Amino acid sequence: MTKKTRRVLLITFACVLAAILIAAILVPSVQKEESIQETMTDAVLHESNKISLFGLEVNPGLISAFVITGVLFVVALLIRIFVIPKFTLIPGKFQAALEKLVDLFGGVARENSPHRPNVLSAYIFVAGTYIFFSTLFELFGVQALTTKGYPISLPAPLSDINGAIAMGCTTYLFIMCGGIAANKMKGLGNTLKDFSLPISMSFRLFGALLSGLLVTELVYYTQSLSYVLPVFVAVMFTLLHALIQAYVLITLAALFYGEVTEPHVKKPRKGKKQ
Amino acid sequence: MPLNIDWKQILLHLFNFVLLFAILFFLLYKPVKKFMDKRMQYYKEMDENANKKLEDAEEMKKAYEEKLSAASEEIAEKKRDADLLVERERQEKMARAEKEAGAILEKARADGETEKKKIIEGAQSEIVDMVAEACRKAISADPSAAMDGFLSVANEDKDE
Repeated sequence: MTKKTRRVLLITFACVLAAILIAAILVPSVQKEESIQETMTDAVLHESNKISLFGLEVNPGLISAFVITGVLFVVALLIRIFVIPKFTLIPGKFQAALEKLVDLFGGVARENSPHRPNVLSAYIFVAGTYIFFSTLFELFGVQALTTKGYPISLPAPLSDINGAIAMGCTTYLFIMCGGIAANKMKGLGNTLKDFSLPISMSFRLFGALLSGLLVTELVYYTQSLSYVLPVFVAVMFTLLHALIQAYVLITLAALFYGEVTEPHVKKPRKGKKQ
Repeated sequence: MPLNIDWKQILLHLFNFVLLFAILFFLLYKPVKKFMDKRMQYYKEMDENANKKLEDAEEMKKAYEEKLSAASEEIAEKKRDADLLVERERQEKMARAEKEAGAILEKARADGETEKKKIIEGAQSEIVDMVAEACRKAISADPSAAMDGFLSVANEDKDE
């Protein structure tokens, strides 16, 4: 590409961008149906904006969760059919990335739970992938219609309290199963000792992702803030959250799993004084 | 329920997560992990084979070194024998040469003596001849002239 062609392309791109910006400012916006208070309350509680799932009224987060599962299923299937059979001993870039991903979770599992790392590795791989991609999902702004007929963009599934509770409880149950499998009743007791874990995990996830959602809602509510600023907001509250929340949950899960699956060693009894 | 917590939706989320777990585990995690384990096993076997071959080579080297050291000792022993043989032969040859040299010297000495005797005998007979000749001349000629002739011949001999 010559210098002249590049300059022409850049000028064209700038003109198109300016035209879109002017059009966005000039076109009259639809009257807001709900106040900022209603928007924020609904973002937290999802009481008014429900979506119909085969006749059942559910929160938009659940629809997001199913969409993400569907997308990940298609991607995984394509990788399984077209990529994995062509794996070579010396990996290419994509193969190396996949192996690195699997090995990353395997490393965390081995480090935190050296006695039973295999199941934990698989669990944190799936949980980490789900949290990461479900948090990124809100960046795409996939639209859906509420039961009242309003369009809404689908939020991250874990910004729905039900999704966060499900994730927290599943992780707790997984840790409990690991404890029972490794140490029988002692493992169960160790897990039950941390009874606050599912609540803390659930609300940590919910709070972290909800904060991002609320800031994004706030930014998009005011039209003048809807330019440029969302880029930074998206990076701050979506990309970083995706990474941080996935990391936090898998680390906590691995840590607690390692603790309850650690082999129980009986302390030698002290000899009676003669 | 407070905060819009709905058990039905929690269970649906749970169902979704379990489904996703099955999908990602069977389609992605397991095949990739299997491949990685297989490759690790392959390289482990390769490493074990290499180590085994290295050990075999080390053992062979050791055996060869032992054989080599045994051969060196044998060579050194043979060299020692050869040196002894050479030394013995040298001494014998020296003794023989000395003996031959002694014999040659003895013969040369005897030849020299014989030659000396011959020369002395030749000189004596010449002297006798000369004396006889001088006497004959002295008798036949003037006694003073004979005397002078004798003295001049004697002086010539003396000068020589």
